[in-house]
Amino acid sequence: MTALTLTLIKLAFLAVLWLFVIATVGVIRADLFGSKAATRSASRPARQPKPPRQQRAPARPSRQSGPSKLVVTQGALQGTTFDLGEAPITIGRANDSTLVVTDDYASSRHARIFAQDGQWIVEDLGSTNGTYLGRSRVTRPAPVPLGVPIRIGKTVLELRK
Amino acid sequence: MSSPSEPAPQTPRTGASLTLLVFAMVVTLAAFAQVGLARDGGLPKGLFFYSVALPVLAGTAYYVVARFTPYADPVLLPLAVLLNGIGLAMIYRLDLDTSRTKIAAVAAGQKLAEDEAKALTQLQWTFIGIALFVIAMIMMRDTKGDQRFTLTPKTLQRSTYTLGALAILLLILPIVPGIGGEVNGARVWVFIGPFSVQPGEFAKLLLVVFFAGYLVNKRQALSLVGKKIGFLSLPRARDLMPILVIWLITLGVLFVQKDLGTALLYFGLFVSMLYIATQRISWVFIGTGLLALGIFVATLIPFLGHVNQRIDIWQNPKPYFDGGCLLDSGKVVSVAPDTLKPGENGFGKCLQLGGEYADSAQLLKGIYALGEGGVLGTGLGQGEPWRTPLSFSDFIFDSLGEELGLTGLMALLVCYALIVQRGMKTALAARDPFLKLFAGGVSFVLALQVFVIVGGVTRLIPLTGLTTPFLSQGGSSLMANWILIALLIRMSHDARKPPPQAIQDEGMTQVVMTR
Repeated sequence: MTALTLTLIKLAFLAVLWLFVIATVGVIRADLFGSKAATRSASRPARQPKPPRQQRAPARPSRQSGPSKLVVTQGALQGTTFDLGEAPITIGRANDSTLVVTDDYASSRHARIFAQDGQWIVEDLGSTNGTYLGRSRVTRPAPVPLGVPIRIGKTVLELRK
Repeated sequence: MSSPSEPAPQTPRTGASLTLLVFAMVVTLAAFAQVGLARDGGLPKGLFFYSVALPVLAGTAYYVVARFTPYADPVLLPLAVLLNGIGLAMIYRLDLDTSRTKIAAVAAGQKLAEDEAKALTQLQWTFIGIALFVIAMIMMRDTKGDQRFTLTPKTLQRSTYTLGALAILLLILPIVPGIGGEVNGARVWVFIGPFSVQPGEFAKLLLVVFFAGYLVNKRQALSLVGKKIGFLSLPRARDLMPILVIWLITLGVLFVQKDLGTALLYFGLFVSMLYIATQRISWVFIGTGLLALGIFVATLIPFLGHVNQRIDIWQNPKPYFDGGCLLDSGKVVSVAPDTLKPGENGFGKCLQLGGEYADSAQLLKGIYALGEGGVLGTGLGQGEPWRTPLSFSDFIFDSLGEELGLTGLMALLVCYALIVQRGMKTALAARDPFLKLFAGGVSFVLALQVFVIVGGVTRLIPLTGLTTPFLSQGGSSLMANWILIALLIRMSHDARKPPPQAIQDEGMTQVVMTR
């Protein structure tokens, strides 16, 4: 082993070590922003419905104008964000809720938020302390406008674009 | 705790994980090969053995993760495997029993001194660590049966106080005469038959569970009530009780074990979890203030000369090289071997002078090793890291610094940072407040431990004999850290799997009122 070979081996090892770190960061990056493959497959369905735009079924919440996120603005889970998909979001103290709140003022199955006819609807599931949309108590399923606070116990949520 | 949204990476990323794991194996085995080529002039003797054993271990761990927690974070396992592998390669390099020169010398009948680095023992501990990881993953799997018998990180909340008591018990064990014992000046060991265990490594995990369970219940009181002064909202006086109790216990550790780093680890853990739970920055200021006050008072108390001396060595290590004597007047007299008459030793001489004896040679040699390494290092197998005492355990970071240089050390620190970052991300994405605190605390305790020991051996803070997670030789540390990774992986699976679907069919649902 000459000194030159050993130096080259040393540099190669450091390079491999850093490549590993970079590869790891790459995986995390793909996790954050979606890998190239995932982005491509995700953007395809968005591009496809462009031509038959006029005849789109009104049942789907529209991606362009409707809300895309549910944000917790107050309470213990403040800052938590949910991406709105097709699935309804349940809120309560029960462990299988989408948003599990630990709050003495919330019921185990407190409320749910679901999409219907292009709108997001909030429904109280018979909670003890009630669900408030803006300032009024939700007694029957009511559509949720963008940015109007939904209060459940000490937790406040709102829909955002 | 405001977070950018995790845009639902709700697809298993086990493929990426496997790729990284293979990469980590390649790096580890390349390190072994380099040690052999540089030190012995050929591929190392045990390379074939290690290149079978390590991938089998890592592959088993990967299989269990992919089988039971497919949505888990993909980078946690490869990062842990890489750190463990690099540590193993460094211990192999320091274990001169594996060197061809030594084998030849022993065959020629020469008597040579034993060295303490034991690569094969460390491989056994890696095996036990990964076995514990696998057992933990299997125990924490999703079960459909009776909820009472499932064990997941979440179910630990039920036994908050039991686990807290267990943690205190584990912390006290080494002080108990008979089973506890002192090795290299640190009373952190327990001897059970032929085995020696450091219970503190496990206690830190239990403490995280205890703090998380406690703070989940109390954080409302700790975060909502209080006066606001400027941008700080101060808590009520009686809400200060828990932090004061932990502060007193920490100071107790400082006084009894004379160990600044451990005190920093536990107190920092509590303060950071308090901050995560309440989101009030005032707790961080209160905590830092209390710790500073405690250390300041400790340096003033005369019978705590030891703590004083630790701080003096840290600020001014040169007079203590190979033995220094701190006199009552505050003057340091060198009692290094070359200043003594034959037959005297430094410790006895210092006793005669009536001062406190201490030796900073280890710390300084570690610093010299880092200097020797420079930016690119000497290359694995080409430096002289064995000159530092305990170069394979407490000072393995300096040994790696000598042979991998600043470039390699930065890569290792980034690996730790990534583990911590993924842990914090898990905490942010977790849907349950207890798991939020648990994941946050577990990643914080790892970060603090790396900070305390790396800061110690690089003379950023006074030195403490903590282990470097995954790198240091030693079983307790490896076992505890593999369990820590199992917990994080399980929690990240819970946080990243798709949310449970609500029952769609209204007619089939029966609403039962419970109140």
